[in-house]
Amino acid sequence: MSDGQLVDVLLGSADPAASSGYERHPPRMGFFTDTSLCIGCKACEVACKEWNQVPEDGLNWTGMSHDNSGGLGADTWRHVAFIEQRAPIGAHQSNFQREGESFRWLMASDVCKHCTHAACLDVCPTGAIFRTEFGTVVVQQDVCNGCGYCVPACPYGVLDKREDDGRIFKCTLCYDRLSAGQEPACAKACPTDSIQFGELDELHERAGRRIEQLHEAGVTEARLYGEDPDDGVGGDGAFFLLLDEPEVYGLPPDPIVTTRDLPEMWRNVAIAASGLLAGAAVAFAGSRR
Amino acid sequence: MLRQLRGPDRLGRGAAAQSRRTRELRARTVDADRVVKSVCPYCAVGCAQNVYVKDGKAIQIEGNPDAPHSRGRLCPKGSATLQLTTGDARERHVLYRPPHASDWQRLDLETAMVMVAEKFVCARAEGWEWERDGRRTRRCMSIAALGGATLDNEENYLIKKFLTACGVIQIENQARVCHSSTVVGLGTSFGRGASSTLPGDLQNSDLIVLEGSNMAEAHPVAFQWVMEAKARGATVIHVDPHYSRTSALVDMFVPLRAGSDIAFLGGVINHVLTTESDFREYVLAYTNAPTIVGEEFADVGADGLFSGYDEDKRGYDPSSWQYEDAFVAAAAGQRDQEGNVEALPDEGQARDADAARRQPKLDMTLQHPRCVWQILKRHYASYTPETVERVCGVPQDVFAKVCELFVANSGRERTTAFVHGVGWTQHTIGSQYIRAASVLQLLLGNMGRPGGGVMAMRGHASIQGSSDIPTLFDTLPGYIPMPHAHRHTDLDSFVRGTSARRGYWGNMRDYAVSLLKAWWGESATVDNDYRFDYLPRLTASHSTYDTVMEQIKGTVKGYFLFGENPAVGSANSRMQRLGMSKLDWLVVRDFSLIESATWWKDGPEIESGEMRTQDIATEVFFFPAAAHIEKDGTFTNTQRMVQFHHKAQEPVAEQRSDLWFVYHLAKRVRELLSDSRDERDRPVLELTWDYPTVGEHQDPDAEAVLAEINGRDADGKMLSGYTELKADGSTSCGCWIYCGCYADGVNQTARRKPASEQNWTGGEWAWAWPANRRILYNRASADPQGRPWSERKALVWWDAQKGEWTGHDTPDFEADKPPDYRPPADARGPEAISGDTPFIMQADGRGWLFAPAGVADGPLPTHYEPQDSPVANSMYPARQRNPAREVYEHENNRYHPDPDEPGGDVFPFVVTTYRLTEHFTAGGMSRWTPYLAELQPEFFCEVSPELAAERGLKHAGWATLVSARGAIEARVLVTDRMTPLKIEGRTIHQIGMPYHWGPNGYAKGDSMNELSSMALDPSSHIQEVKALSVDIRPGRRPRGAARQALVREYRQRAGITAQTGMKP
Amino acid sequence: MSSAADEHIGARDGQRRRRARERPGSYYGRPIINAPVWQERDIAGYLFAGGLAAGSSVVAAGAELTGRGHLARSCKLCASAALGVSLAALVHDLGRPERFLNMLRVFKPTSPMNMGSWLLAAYGPLNGFATASDVLGLAPRGGRAATAGAALFGAGISSYTAALIANTAVPAWHEGHRELPFLFAGSAAAAGAGFGLLAAPLGESEPARRMAIAGAGVELLCEQLLERRLGMVAETLHTGTAGRRMRAARALTGAGALGAVTLAPRSRVGAALSGTALLAGSALTRFGIFAAGMASAQDPKYTVEPQRQRMRELG
Repeated sequence: MSDGQLVDVLLGSADPAASSGYERHPPRMGFFTDTSLCIGCKACEVACKEWNQVPEDGLNWTGMSHDNSGGLGADTWRHVAFIEQRAPIGAHQSNFQREGESFRWLMASDVCKHCTHAACLDVCPTGAIFRTEFGTVVVQQDVCNGCGYCVPACPYGVLDKREDDGRIFKCTLCYDRLSAGQEPACAKACPTDSIQFGELDELHERAGRRIEQLHEAGVTEARLYGEDPDDGVGGDGAFFLLLDEPEVYGLPPDPIVTTRDLPEMWRNVAIAASGLLAGAAVAFAGSRR
Repeated sequence: MLRQLRGPDRLGRGAAAQSRRTRELRARTVDADRVVKSVCPYCAVGCAQNVYVKDGKAIQIEGNPDAPHSRGRLCPKGSATLQLTTGDARERHVLYRPPHASDWQRLDLETAMVMVAEKFVCARAEGWEWERDGRRTRRCMSIAALGGATLDNEENYLIKKFLTACGVIQIENQARVCHSSTVVGLGTSFGRGASSTLPGDLQNSDLIVLEGSNMAEAHPVAFQWVMEAKARGATVIHVDPHYSRTSALVDMFVPLRAGSDIAFLGGVINHVLTTESDFREYVLAYTNAPTIVGEEFADVGADGLFSGYDEDKRGYDPSSWQYEDAFVAAAAGQRDQEGNVEALPDEGQARDADAARRQPKLDMTLQHPRCVWQILKRHYASYTPETVERVCGVPQDVFAKVCELFVANSGRERTTAFVHGVGWTQHTIGSQYIRAASVLQLLLGNMGRPGGGVMAMRGHASIQGSSDIPTLFDTLPGYIPMPHAHRHTDLDSFVRGTSARRGYWGNMRDYAVSLLKAWWGESATVDNDYRFDYLPRLTASHSTYDTVMEQIKGTVKGYFLFGENPAVGSANSRMQRLGMSKLDWLVVRDFSLIESATWWKDGPEIESGEMRTQDIATEVFFFPAAAHIEKDGTFTNTQRMVQFHHKAQEPVAEQRSDLWFVYHLAKRVRELLSDSRDERDRPVLELTWDYPTVGEHQDPDAEAVLAEINGRDADGKMLSGYTELKADGSTSCGCWIYCGCYADGVNQTARRKPASEQNWTGGEWAWAWPANRRILYNRASADPQGRPWSERKALVWWDAQKGEWTGHDTPDFEADKPPDYRPPADARGPEAISGDTPFIMQADGRGWLFAPAGVADGPLPTHYEPQDSPVANSMYPARQRNPAREVYEHENNRYHPDPDEPGGDVFPFVVTTYRLTEHFTAGGMSRWTPYLAELQPEFFCEVSPELAAERGLKHAGWATLVSARGAIEARVLVTDRMTPLKIEGRTIHQIGMPYHWGPNGYAKGDSMNELSSMALDPSSHIQEVKALSVDIRPGRRPRGAARQALVREYRQRAGITAQTGMKP
Repeated sequence: MSSAADEHIGARDGQRRRRARERPGSYYGRPIINAPVWQERDIAGYLFAGGLAAGSSVVAAGAELTGRGHLARSCKLCASAALGVSLAALVHDLGRPERFLNMLRVFKPTSPMNMGSWLLAAYGPLNGFATASDVLGLAPRGGRAATAGAALFGAGISSYTAALIANTAVPAWHEGHRELPFLFAGSAAAAGAGFGLLAAPLGESEPARRMAIAGAGVELLCEQLLERRLGMVAETLHTGTAGRRMRAARALTGAGALGAVTLAPRSRVGAALSGTALLAGSALTRFGIFAAGMASAQDPKYTVEPQRQRMRELG
């Protein structure tokens, strides 16, 4: 069996719920976050904390524009980034010429990507992180033993350990609300529909139309991020419309699920182990007594 | 693992890995016992909320998706209401601070209520005043109240009703310091002082001009309609000193100097007039452009004054602004003509009364040199693009683009909307800012039409309500003016002196008598003038700032604060605290221990040693307030929509609603006075005060109060509209403009028909005053013959078959009055309004480009510099500031020198203030809420890289800001969003500052209002906090006594004296 | 706030301004991935101790089969001790140690940590039994079998830890996923043999010497290959803490190997010295690799630039 096939077996197909043991399951649900509509109000951050009872995590004024949350973490499951740019950008991308330079202020609400191929889920040794019937990725707090393996495994830096608790926390895409037929708290609160929730397929179509519309309007820098099923994580359950390069928002430009290389790793592990034994055999065999 | 082997999930990644807890997981909303309908308690968008209740406790609060105005969405504050109401930041018990005591002590609620009632009665007796200068005043100057915008209409109604009956006139609330100038500006221009439209109507706009509003941050959920308009291809521009989150989303951001908007808008007006790109048919038919003004009128000349200025009174006698031999009274603002024309003898009144009978003269050719059109042209001729560039710092090419957009997006087929907030209102000439926008909208024909209008964004849950049912000194419910003390004033002279003869104000007597009947019931009869004499009288302005001066003088003994925090939220907060330190007693009703409750132990003056706690004799009572989910009642939101919110849970411990507080306080006061024979106490004892009580705390039934506000006929049947009101005492009505909110005995404000089942106006969601009209003056959406100006912009029209007005909204016009109706010569009231004039509250039925009455500082908006400005007024060099503004001489309220005087360069920078999405007003409902506090944890100031370089300010370091009033420190946010402007050939730097902070709470910081001064707009008595001058320096401010020493040093350096900045 | 913090923010401000102008690829210079929350002492410690246990078990088996009693017993004891330390470290590092057994809740080939747990679950008892039988002289036949089994699983332990850290988004670890298993196996051999040199009498230590030389050779070679593979990320192996540790590790391992060739055959002391050097070298290699991984996680450029380069290469 080739690595490619092995990877498919290990990581599952584009229909993650099906390949995770749900014979009959609802359509895959997700987020489309259209940052061109974001007003940086942070309703998503608060609505998330209220619903999921995520603790307030301290007063820390960062001086990073209006961002005082810093980034996603155990106590911040939605994070709004603020990027002030004074840069050579097209007239359609800017609404204000400052000292002859174009200025713009980008805002974007980040969240767990609920990857099709989720490294955190793959590496979780206890099964605490699992795939739901909605195709989302959730940490089961009654199982997690805080080994922390998922933290560096995530290519987006989403998961983190809540120090005073010892366990790992992240966005659940409001699994409990979904089960009750309700939309996630952040999407429901979002005043301008920058955060859109729905069936992933439908969201992909919507996003495609939006991108076209923006390009026609001359906003050539608009691009989708995480919507491509052929990318390194098999596409995200939560994807974005960005107005600049991903890294400007603190996102990796080309993330790859680490377990894609796992078969090769296992092979090398086996060879190395055998090598050790063989070497030892030679060392002892050849030695006189 | 076993499941792995058995089930299909061989790799243990999904089904097989599920834990029991996961399988049993349920959303807590599913387990709720009931879902209670409520309304967000923060800003005035009034987002509808669903409160999920389990075992009598709120377990979750979310938006209600059915609501047409909010569509189920909530901003961060709305999303934090569960923590606000059920978090542990709220006090649960009454606290009491005895005179000179160093700390709080507990006091049980009952004892506290008894003590307050007794103190109230004593203070009232002590400060009673029958007469002043030989004129009957029948009032009590020793008691004052502040707050109401965060309260329910029912609560404001009882506060105003009870305190007025007690003779208390110094009743104020946030509406004074937020939008009182909007009421004057819109009211005098169009007839009603409230937003002419609703945020939802912005989706119909072709151009949206956000100016003086930080809408995306202050009203995020309403901003969805701006995004909706953008999606439909509308253009959105933001004109503002500060690039905010609002600016980030618009098509064009135009930075201008704070305090220069009238010059900017005047420039656009001039462009429209000179290029004749006005909507001429609309202008001729619906505005007073053709009306001829009297000969006595003289426009602003070299001296920067209109005719009628009186140097000694620092104000205008407006009589010379009247139409040619036809007298018209204003629908809002300065309406007590006698009050303005003190000297006017009876025959003078008679002359006006006589003149009022004559129709104003018109020149439909607009050629007459004294017609409003020509006066307008002459007045704005000097507001050229060059002037705009010089004064506002807006380059001519940018300004030209703005003018093009206005013209291109107005007319038959297209409409432009203005959205403004307190960025326009809080100036020493604030009312004229709103007037300027009104003039422009009239010229372009944008009033009363879909996607047009002036959208005033109000900032508190019920601040519109607290203006309509006012806890304000100068009005009675429904904008009936409070009577002034004049010689032999009675109901007749009051009505004659305060109301127009034509239009709906012509029925003032119906409204006034019905109100008096609602308050004094049986006791009010025709023989006793319906107890008109029971009303206390005004002799001057008794605004909250005048009250502060009275406190400092020692006149005011007792002070109530209902959910307002002047110790950090009002201009010159130092003066506020000084005033409170002179009180005998202070009652604070709030959630947490706000600065206004604790200044005596930890205020800045204690820290600096200027005051010693043991020297302060003020007794302080803190009463924990109930939250919005703990009481029934109505909020009136920014679009005049009255929404009922239902009680979801009981308040705990000693927390009580303000309705409970006023009701039970009044009962105790009436008991104490019960055997009094003193005439003074008759109004209190005869007051109707028999409300049924409900619940374990005996709360008065809010619906019963609302029913009284709606009004009843002689048989006690609920009235269905103000047209049913009568002056013969057969009807009672607590607020005539709210008449109909309980029509047919049904609580119309609790209507919740889902948006999906009705049109975009949302006419069947709750109830809007007046008469459930959602877009005011909508008769103007049709041409004089009653046909829509265009299909695209159709709203209401005349249906000749049915013989009635019909359309998408409730017509703001007599339903059966045909377009060709012409009034008989001697008609009065509504009959005097002809079928083709849409502004039915106006004396002439027309929109006022030129305001012959009502605005204290001139009939036309004119550019004057802010009280404290680093820029000289090059447009009217002889008149730096608004000559009619109100200023206060006090050593702690010193002003800055003129820029060209010596020391004029000591405060070289312009400060403007604004809200952040994450906080609310003075912070009482956000600095204590951890989920909000963590998002904006510290007070900061925004400066440009250029200013940072010039003053050595380090990003994320500290800066000290100084004015003649105070010194504060703030973290420095260096940002390209602040930009230097070229003004009068030099560079002017602006500094942006949010004003939410104070020393108490979870997120602490200095209060911006330590810098601001008490300098007011004369028509509305609103303070100027949107444009002032300061100095900024790196580093933290001095501590202790050194803090004020620094301020004194600056004053000396600037040569500031008692006269500085005072000249008219 | 402290002046240090001020400077820090000042620096960040500088970054912010630069970003505004040149649009370099980061969000206020903050890391993109989250660095491991693992305690260095626990996890780097486990990488070494686990390797030592593995190496020792292999040596022990060889010794047992070739009748080198002393060497076998001491290595078994060493393996047991190292295993004890390993388990202690692993449990200690958990946020919820009492839930350690959840590791065996599933059988998950995609999780090296899970596979490692099963490996340890098998290796532990075997090694324990082998040691006990040797020391107590019970069930010699069973002991012999257990010793062989422990060696078998031990070999797995020696290299799976490479997959454990390589199977993350940490650039310095993941990019080295091809070389690390061999590096760790070599390092384990060097450590195990090193201990052999330390513990065994000259008469028994020859195979350990050979193994030590081979292990050290592999360790040093693989490190070179790793550096070449990592490209720009390799600088995390040269700079800072990691750089210091790796340099020291190379020196000690080299010296240990040299010693094994020259001194060890002649003197017990020489053998002990080179053995100790090899042990220390192996330990420093693991701690060095761990530190390099942390450094590569904390600076966004190590995440962004390799990905950008890959995108350029793929067009």
